[in-house]
Amino acid sequence: MTDRAIPPPYSPSDAGSAVAHGAAGSPPSPLVGDEREERGRRTAYECPPPHSRGGGAETAPERPPLRVRLALRDLDGVTLLALPAIVFVAALFVYPFLYGFVLSFEPKAGDWLANYRKFFSDPFLYDTIGATLWLAVPATVINVLLSVPVAMRVRYLQRRRVLTTILVVPITLGTVLIAEGLLNYLGPQGWFNRSLALVGLGPVRLVHNYTGVMLSLIMSGFPFTFLLTLSYVTGIDPSLEQAASTLGAKPRARFWHIILPLLAQGLAINLCLSFVQTFSVFPSAVLLGSPAGATRVISIAAYQAAYEQYDYSMASTVAMIMGFVQLIVVNLILSARALFYRGAVGGGKG
Amino acid sequence: MSRVTQDKSIGERLWAITIWALVIFFVVNVVATIAAVAVSSLGTRWFGAWLPAGFTMRWYILAWDEFQLNDVLIVTFQVVGAVVLFSGLIGVPAAYALARRNFPGKQFVIVLFLLPMMIPPITFGIPLATVLYQSHLGGSLSGVILANLVPTVPFVVLVMIPFIEQIDPRIEAAARVFGAGTGRLFLHVLIPLLTPGILAALLLVLVRTIAMFELTFFTAGPDSQTLVVALYYAVYAAGVRANQSIDAMAVVYMVTTLVWLLVALKFVDPTQIVTRVKREAH
Repeated sequence: MTDRAIPPPYSPSDAGSAVAHGAAGSPPSPLVGDEREERGRRTAYECPPPHSRGGGAETAPERPPLRVRLALRDLDGVTLLALPAIVFVAALFVYPFLYGFVLSFEPKAGDWLANYRKFFSDPFLYDTIGATLWLAVPATVINVLLSVPVAMRVRYLQRRRVLTTILVVPITLGTVLIAEGLLNYLGPQGWFNRSLALVGLGPVRLVHNYTGVMLSLIMSGFPFTFLLTLSYVTGIDPSLEQAASTLGAKPRARFWHIILPLLAQGLAINLCLSFVQTFSVFPSAVLLGSPAGATRVISIAAYQAAYEQYDYSMASTVAMIMGFVQLIVVNLILSARALFYRGAVGGGKG
Repeated sequence: MSRVTQDKSIGERLWAITIWALVIFFVVNVVATIAAVAVSSLGTRWFGAWLPAGFTMRWYILAWDEFQLNDVLIVTFQVVGAVVLFSGLIGVPAAYALARRNFPGKQFVIVLFLLPMMIPPITFGIPLATVLYQSHLGGSLSGVILANLVPTVPFVVLVMIPFIEQIDPRIEAAARVFGAGTGRLFLHVLIPLLTPGILAALLLVLVRTIAMFELTFFTAGPDSQTLVVALYYAVYAAGVRANQSIDAMAVVYMVTTLVWLLVALKFVDPTQIVTRVKREAH
């Protein structure tokens, strides 16, 4: 893009451009000339003047050198700047994933499917999928469903930033700190149970069980889903709703017939992201839940295989199964989304 | 922005009140959860009462020794500093290439950068740790830094692309006409123009890396633990140490994170912290 903005060096102003080069202090070297020639070819090759469209051979050579051909497809020195990042992600993300995939088929003992067979025949292992879904699905649905009406209210708020700042705090602190805080706050002697006692309700057991993990998933997950929904809701053109309002649509009708169809895409992505996050719950399931019982989630099984039994093959198997379940649910959400309206969220003019 | 006319029927008002009550209830609980940690870390003895019997600072001194917070904080800042530096050095040039060039396979590269941010660290953390341990990098400081770079390099790339697209390519063309190579172009033209964007991206990387539990947890050895991992082990082994000293450590962690969050919020909108994926995921 950048070089193309330079005046084509083959034009009569070429001499002037060369003077500019000289004036800028760079001695005219053969390399500079070479480069300019190539650029000239490239320009000529890309946008041949209309009259020469038939016989382009006079402006463009039969077969330009490889460097030029690559540059025509936007593969030049600047593109190479992306290479370190691509190599890095390939080496430390793609390769480990493939390595783990292959490793999961090379069990310590037995044939290539032994790990998978072991996982799906041992209730101690395969029950973790159900336990994780039993936490992740309700938490995701609660978070996303609550985020919609709240975002609908908050979008007209004058000082929205105060609320969004407060909500960003639990996301930033992370699940470990939230778990430690909830252990204090929801514990039998904590402020929450004391407040309940004030209104005459008995102490409730909220930590070291399913409820504790669920509450921590809502506390750290709701701000995330809410901020995401808010950014989608504020992206919808308000004039669409105004038009409906002028035509007499009540708020409820406006929501169901205008906002919701436009929001469907955002909600689908939001559901996917929140589900994938809650499905990989780990620290709060250990600290706030009962890691040997109701909240023995799949990540605990993976962790135990890797760091307690030192069976990396089995750990990779569990990680692959975890990724596979996430993939299935994300696919389900996205195919359900296909049933809704698809299109622009802006008002536009025709 | 003009407002849509609001209906003022009873049902509408009740609905609005319910929603606000919900928001207030949520915020009160978040604040109370965090305050419970802070109050507990300052209390002498806290049992069966609304507040501790008295207040003291001694848990902080105790926690500082017990959990070797000196070492842990040094490791944390080494890891965070290296992650911020390298994700900037690798990420910004890549973002420039992706913003300015339309090479074949660019969509594929974008998806490649999206995946480490959308797939949760637990899922790819175990295979990654396995590979790192096999190349004898696991359990060391460099292993922790490498693992933490996996989500942050793509993050910097994807955050920086729109910032670079905003810069008029004619400015770069002018610099090139006057003989600047790509290196000088970056140093004298792009970096100064991109400072706000780079600052925002790197501050978000910083905040995320301090709080990144899973990847550090899987790759850290005994002497390469960051603050959040040390906190996890302390809470996990609760009962061995006084609860208040764990809370004191949690407060040290909170202060470290929130100070940087406050700095970051000077430059970014809070919604940016979660909506990074949105633009690309359409």
